[in-house]
Amino acid sequence: MLPLLVAEKAIVLNFNRKNRAKDFDRNFVNMKKVLYRHLFSKVLGLSLLLFSTSFYAQEETAAAETGGGDPAKGKQLFNQNCAACHALDRKMTGPALANVEQRLADDAGLDREWIYAWVKNSPGVIASGDAYATALYAEFNQAAMTPFPTLSNEDIDNILAYTAAPPATPAAATATAADTGAGSGDASGGISNEMILGALALVFGLLVVMLILVNKTLRRIAEANGVILDKEKEKRLPIWKAFAQNQFLVLVTTIFLLLASAYFAYGYMMQVGVDQGYAPVQPIHFSHKVHAGDNKIECKYCHSSARVSKTSGIPSLNVCMNCHKSIYQYAGNPEGPSAEDLAAGHTNDFYTGEIKKLYKAVGWDEENQKYTGETQPVEWVRIHNLPDFAYFNHSQHVSVAGVACQTCHGPVEEMEIVEQFAPLTMGWCINCHRTTNVKMEGNEYYEAIHEELSKKYGVEQLTAAMMGGIECGKCHY
Amino acid sequence: MASNKKYWKSEAELNPNDSIVEALRHNEFTEQIPVDEFLGDKENLSASNTSRRDFLKYVGFSTAAATIAACEGPVHKSIPYVVQPDRIVPGVANYYATTIADGFDFASILVKTREGRPIKIENNTDAKVNGSANARVQASVLSLYDSKRVQGPLAKGEPIEWKVLDATVRAKLNSLKGSNKQVVLLTQTYASPSTDKLIAEFKAAYGENVNHVVYDAISEDAALNAYQTAYGERALADYDFEKADLIVSFGADFLGDWQGGGYEGGYAKGRVPKHGKMSRHIQLESNMSLSGANADKRYPMTPTQQKIALAKLYGKLNGSNVGGGTSDVDEAVEKVATEIKKAGSKAVVVTGLNDVNAQTVVLAINKLLASEAFDTENPKYIRQGDTAKVTKLVADMNAGRVGALLMDGVNPVYTLPNSEEFVSGLEKVDLSVAFSFNNDETAQAANYVGAASHYLESWGDAQFKKGQYSLMQPAIRELFDTKQFQTALLGWMGMEKTYYDYIKETWSTDILQGGSWNKALQDGVFMAPAVEGEETAEMVSADTTEGEETTVVPIASAIRSLVNATSAGTELVLYSKTGMGDGRQANNPWLQEFPDPISRVSWDNYVTVSKADAEKWGFENEIVADGGLNGDYAKLTVDGKVLENVPVIVQPGQAVGTVGLSFGYGKKAGMQDEMATGVNAYTLYGNFANVQSVTVEKAAGVHEFACIQSHKTLMGRGDIIKETTLEIFNTKDHHEWNHMPEVSLNHQEIPVTSPDADLWESFDRSIGHHFNLSIDLNACTGCGACVIACHAENNVPVVGKREMRRSRDMHWLRIDRYYSSEETFEEDNEKKESMDGLWGEKGSLGGFREMEDASANPQVAFQPVMCQHCNHAPCETVCPVAATSHSRQGQNHMAYNRCVGTRYCANNCPYKVRRFNWFLYNNNDEFNFNMNNDLGKMVINPDVNVRSRGVMEKCSMCIQMTQKTILDAKRDGRVIKDGEFQTACSAACSTGAMVFGDVNDKESKVAKLKEDDRMYHLLEHVGTKPNVFYHVKVRNTHEA
Repeated sequence: MLPLLVAEKAIVLNFNRKNRAKDFDRNFVNMKKVLYRHLFSKVLGLSLLLFSTSFYAQEETAAAETGGGDPAKGKQLFNQNCAACHALDRKMTGPALANVEQRLADDAGLDREWIYAWVKNSPGVIASGDAYATALYAEFNQAAMTPFPTLSNEDIDNILAYTAAPPATPAAATATAADTGAGSGDASGGISNEMILGALALVFGLLVVMLILVNKTLRRIAEANGVILDKEKEKRLPIWKAFAQNQFLVLVTTIFLLLASAYFAYGYMMQVGVDQGYAPVQPIHFSHKVHAGDNKIECKYCHSSARVSKTSGIPSLNVCMNCHKSIYQYAGNPEGPSAEDLAAGHTNDFYTGEIKKLYKAVGWDEENQKYTGETQPVEWVRIHNLPDFAYFNHSQHVSVAGVACQTCHGPVEEMEIVEQFAPLTMGWCINCHRTTNVKMEGNEYYEAIHEELSKKYGVEQLTAAMMGGIECGKCHY
Repeated sequence: MASNKKYWKSEAELNPNDSIVEALRHNEFTEQIPVDEFLGDKENLSASNTSRRDFLKYVGFSTAAATIAACEGPVHKSIPYVVQPDRIVPGVANYYATTIADGFDFASILVKTREGRPIKIENNTDAKVNGSANARVQASVLSLYDSKRVQGPLAKGEPIEWKVLDATVRAKLNSLKGSNKQVVLLTQTYASPSTDKLIAEFKAAYGENVNHVVYDAISEDAALNAYQTAYGERALADYDFEKADLIVSFGADFLGDWQGGGYEGGYAKGRVPKHGKMSRHIQLESNMSLSGANADKRYPMTPTQQKIALAKLYGKLNGSNVGGGTSDVDEAVEKVATEIKKAGSKAVVVTGLNDVNAQTVVLAINKLLASEAFDTENPKYIRQGDTAKVTKLVADMNAGRVGALLMDGVNPVYTLPNSEEFVSGLEKVDLSVAFSFNNDETAQAANYVGAASHYLESWGDAQFKKGQYSLMQPAIRELFDTKQFQTALLGWMGMEKTYYDYIKETWSTDILQGGSWNKALQDGVFMAPAVEGEETAEMVSADTTEGEETTVVPIASAIRSLVNATSAGTELVLYSKTGMGDGRQANNPWLQEFPDPISRVSWDNYVTVSKADAEKWGFENEIVADGGLNGDYAKLTVDGKVLENVPVIVQPGQAVGTVGLSFGYGKKAGMQDEMATGVNAYTLYGNFANVQSVTVEKAAGVHEFACIQSHKTLMGRGDIIKETTLEIFNTKDHHEWNHMPEVSLNHQEIPVTSPDADLWESFDRSIGHHFNLSIDLNACTGCGACVIACHAENNVPVVGKREMRRSRDMHWLRIDRYYSSEETFEEDNEKKESMDGLWGEKGSLGGFREMEDASANPQVAFQPVMCQHCNHAPCETVCPVAATSHSRQGQNHMAYNRCVGTRYCANNCPYKVRRFNWFLYNNNDEFNFNMNNDLGKMVINPDVNVRSRGVMEKCSMCIQMTQKTILDAKRDGRVIKDGEFQTACSAACSTGAMVFGDVNDKESKVAKLKEDDRMYHLLEHVGTKPNVFYHVKVRNTHEA
C-alpha cells in the first residue's frame, strides 16, 4: 500500500505563490465552542468568491528519444518500486533520478547494462568493487539499494524512459484566484444557490416597493375623489389590559413561561460539560480529510493501539515518518486544491509547511536525510475527554464488537479539523448498549453464554445490555 | 406519674463531686468559647481595612468568577512519544521477571509496568524457592518513588559529579595499593555469583589489603557458624515444611523473617487437612510471633528456658540423660519428645535462638531424625553476614588501620549497637564512600555518598539456594543520577564493560551450561541441571565422615552450655516486624501504615510485655474515649544503654519474664518527618545477640497508639471464626463442626440459606461468570502480603497515624486477629453457652467482662476480611442514590461519581468493610504521603480511580482485573481457563489460602472449594449470601 500512496503524493505541483502557512499560536487554544466555525468560514469564503481553474499542459514527449521505453508504464513502475526512496528532482534515501541515464553516462561513462546490473543486484555490484557503486554506497550512509531481481530489462527501460522525460504533471495549477479577489471574470463554477436566493430577494423587494407605490397611488386617488377611508373605530379596551384583567390567562401564561424557562434552563444545564463539536486548534494542522479521506489510510494504521488497548493512542511521530520520510510536500489532488480549501487558506504550501513542522518536531534533517536527535514532542490538544471515573476500552469496541470508528467519532475522513462528534454522555453510551446487538459469531468466548442467555430472554440476538453492559461497575471503578 | 429514671451520659456523672459534670450541667461547654479573641477586640476589628461591603463584594465577585470559569472546561494536552518503543503500547501492561535482593528480602518476582513505570510486584510462580513477595517486597515498588532518595552523588552533603567521585576513589585505591592500610568493602548480603566474582577480581586488582566484610543488620551469625562447623560451608540449612508432619520450633519465626523467610508456602501446604491428615506445629517461644500464632500448641518460654528445653530434648531423643537446668520445662520437653519420636523422620526441629550451641544442637537433632524436611545438600545463601569481621572492622577503623571504606546496602551508623565507635572510626578512615538509597545516617557520616540505584533500576543475579539462580533486570531507567555499586566497582577497576555484560559473561561461563540466556532472563529464574549427581554424593559422604568427628565433640559441650544457661532478670527479645523488617524501607508509607499482624498497631514499634509483668511494673493499655488505644511509656536499660520513652503494649502470649522489641524503627536521617516513628532497637543489640538482659522501668507520659483493632477476643462468637480439631473433623459429620444456622418456618427448623427463608427475590447468576473468593483459614498465616498488594492495585490512600488512630484506615482488605479468652476458642464458646443469669459464678455480667480479656497464652486466629460481595447486600438497599448496586457476576459495584457520602451503606454493612474518604488524601499537604508528590504518584494504577473526598469506597473484587481477563479472552475468541481470574490478594497469596474464580465453571478450583464440607460464610445467619467464603480452621490438637 505504501509505495502506491507515495506515488500519489510524489506528483509535484509548483505554485508561484508565497507560503501562506499560518503560524498557529498554541497559547491561543482554548475551549471556546466552535460550532459555527465552519459556517462562518464558508460565508467568509463565499464573500471572496474564490474560483479556481486549472489547466493541464500536457506536453507530448517523443518516446523514441528515450530508447524505446514507455514512460507511462515507467511511471507506474517507478511509483510502485522506486518512489519510496527516490524522487526525480530531489535527493532522498537514494539519489534523484531525473535523467539518471544521461547523468551516469556523462559523469561516469556508465551504460545501460550497468544500470540493469545495479537495479537487479546492487549489493553484488558493490561487492564486485565497482568504483562508482562503492562511492555511491559510501555517499548514502552505507545503505545499499534493495535489489529488484524481478524487474525485467524492459521494465527498467520503461522506468528510464520515465525518468528521462516524465509525463508532465499539472504544471501550474493556477491558484491565483485568491489574490485577484472577487469579480474575476472566469467564474466557471455555475450560478450558486446564494445568487439565486439573492435574485429572489431582489424580486420580492421590488414587489414590496411596487405594492406600496400602488397603495399610495390608490389612496391619493381616493382622497382626490373624497372617499373617507378611515372610520372612527369604537373605543375598546386595549388588548394588554384585557389580558392583565383576565386572571386565568395570566396564570396560564405564567405557568407556561415558567415551564418554558425551566425547559430551556434544563437544556442549557444538560449541555454543560458536553463538548460536542469541540474542535480545538492543534499545534500541527493535521488534516484527517487528507489522510483518511483523500488517501484512504485505514484508521488503525496510525491508531494501532485501538485494537489491543483501552486507548486508541495518538500516533507517535515515528509512525508519521513511515510515510512522511518520502512525502515531504503536499501535492493535493491532481486537480489542485478545491475552492473551499483555498478559502480556508489550506493551500498546498500551507500543508507542506505543516509537514515541515513535523520534521522539526521529530528532528528530521531533510537536507541530509537523517535524524538529528533533537526532538520536540508535540502537545496535541485532547478532543475527547472522558472523565476519570468512566472506564472506556477501545479494543473491546473495535476488536471484539467490530464497531466502526465512525460510529462514535463521526465522518472523520471528511473532517479537516477533527471535532467531537458524539456527546459522550452516559445516556448516549447506554442507549447504544441497549440497542446494539453483540457480535458473537465465531467467538468461542460467547458460545456458552449466548446459548444460555438466548434461552433466558427468548431471543436470538443479544444486546450489550442483556450481557450486563449497563451495570454501573462495568465502566465505573 | 413522673418518672424517676435517670439517664447517664457518662459514668463520670455518678461521681457527685466531679467539677466538670457540675460545670456541664449549666453550660454546654466546660470552657468558654473564645469568641472574644476574634470578635471582642474592637481595635482589631476597626483596624481592619475590610468592611462588610468589601467582603460582600469579594464574595460576590469570586462566586461569579468561579461560575464563569466553570463554564469552560480545562484544556487537556496529550503528548505522544516521538519514537514509541515497540514493546510499549499505551494502556497495556508489560511484565518483567526480576529479583529483589536488598540484603534483607530475597525473592524472585514479576514487575508490572505501565507506560514504562513499574506499578506493582507479583509473585513469580516459576520460582522454586522464594518465589513469593512478602508485604515488604510488595511495597518495595513504592520505595522506588521515594521522594527522599539521594538523587546524585554527594561530597559532604554537596552534589558532585560521578566522574569526580570515581576519580577520587581510584586515586585513593591506587595510593593504597601495597600499603599496610586496608581497603574494606562493607556490604549487604548479595547472594550473587556475579558480584562475588567481581569482588574477587577487585581484590585481585587492588592487592592483598582488600577485605570484603558482609554485614547483615539483623544477624543470623549463629546459624551460619553452626552450619559452617558441621558442613564446611558458610550457609543456612534449608527446610521444606511441606514434608514435615511435625514441626517443632524453638523461637524460630519461620513464617516471618527467620533466616530470610520464604517458608510459608510449604508450611501452608501441609497445614490444609487432606485425607484426614495435616501437619502438627509446636512452637516454644517468648514473643508472640506469626509462627506462634499459627501453632497448634504454643509454649511461652523465655529464651533461657528454650535453651534448656532444647538441650533436654536432644538428650531424650539421643537416649542420653541431660540433667541440670530448671525442671519447669520438663513436662513440655517430655511431650514434645514423645511426639517427635513418633513422627520420626517426618519431624523437623528449628530454632531462632541466635546461639551457636542451640543451632548446632538443632542441626544434630534433624540429622539424628534423618528429617525429610531438612536439606543440607543445597543450602541457602541469603544470609552471609559475619559479625566477628564487623566487630574487627570497627576496631581496625578506630586503630587507623583502614584506608578506604566502601559501603553498599548497609547503614551501620543506624544499625550498629556501637554506632558511636563506628562514627569515630569513620573519622579515622581516609576515604569513606557510602552507596545509599536515602541520605541516611551512614551517608551523612561518610565523606562521599554514591547515590545507589533501586533494584528495579539495576542489573543483578542471585543464588538463593544452591543451584537455584535468578536474574535481576531493570524495569525502568534510573530515575535520578544514580549508579549501582557493581557498576561503580567495574569503573574503579578500569573495566569498560557494563555490569550487564559482566553478568552475561559470568552466566554463560559458569551457570547456564548451554542454557539460553534470553530464556533465563525471561523466566527470571534458572535451575542448574542436576547432572552433578556424583559430585554432590561425594560431598555428602565427605561431610558425614568429617561431620561425625567434628560434631561429636562440640555437641557435648553445646548441650552442657545450653543446659547451664541462666538468665539475669528480664530477658529482652529483639525481633523484626512483618511490616518493617530491618528498617531499610522505613520511609515507605504503605509499610508504616501496615498494621502489625499480631498487635494490629501501625506507625510504631513498642515493647511487648506479658500481662503478669505489666501488672508488676504498673503498665496499662487503655481504650480511651476517642476509640484510640493508649499505653504507658517504659524505660529500657541494657548493659548501661538506655532507651527512653518506649511505648508499652500488653501482649497476650508473651512469656512471663521476657519483653519484646522490634527493629527497624527510630530512623531519623533521610526520612520524611511523618515516617520517623518509633524507637531504635538496634542500640540495645549489643554483641549482635537478639536476647539481652534488660531492666524495665515505668516512665512518665501516655503514648497514643494507632491500633486499628481494639477488640481482642471473639467473646465466644464461634460463628465468625469457625474452628474445630482434627479429631472431630475426621470423625464427625460436618453439621456438627460446621453448623448451619437455622430459622423457624411454620415451626420447622430450616437452614437460613434455604430459599424458603429468604425475603428477597434472588438475582439470576447461573449465566456467565459468577465470581467467588475462597479463604482457607488453615492456610492463612496472617502475613499481610495481600494487604499491601491491594494497596498497590487499588490506589488505596495512606491516611497517617492520626487518622489510623481514629479507625479511619482505608485498607480495603484487613486481617482481623482474634485471641481466645480461655485457653482455646472452644472453651470460650462453652463458657458463653453455659452462662446463666446476670450475676454469680456463671453470670453474664461478669462473664462477658472476663471474656473481653485475652488469655495469657491464647489461641490466635487470623481472618482476612474484605467486602463480602453479598448477593443480598444490605448496603445496596439503603443507598439513597443507588451508587452501590449489584452485578450479575457477583460483584457488588460502587460508583464513586454517584456517591453523595451519606454513609448509610457503611452503617448497614454487617462486616464493616466500607471505607469513607473523610478527607482528600491526594494533593493535600495534610496527608503528605506518596499521593502528594509527583514522584510518589507514579505508582498509581491507571486503571483504577483515585477517589476524592466524601465518597465511600470498598473492595471491588478487583473488577478491573476480572474485566481485563474477560476482554483478553473475547479478543482471542477463547474460553477462559480456570486460574486466569485473579484478584490482587489472591495473586499475592503465597500460601494458597485465597483462591479466586468463577463458580459457574463447575470444574474450577473455587467451585470445588465451595462444595467442601469446611466451607462457611461469615455471619451466615444474617442471610446476606456473600460471594466470599471461608474454610473452617482445623487445629491439630491431637497429642501423640
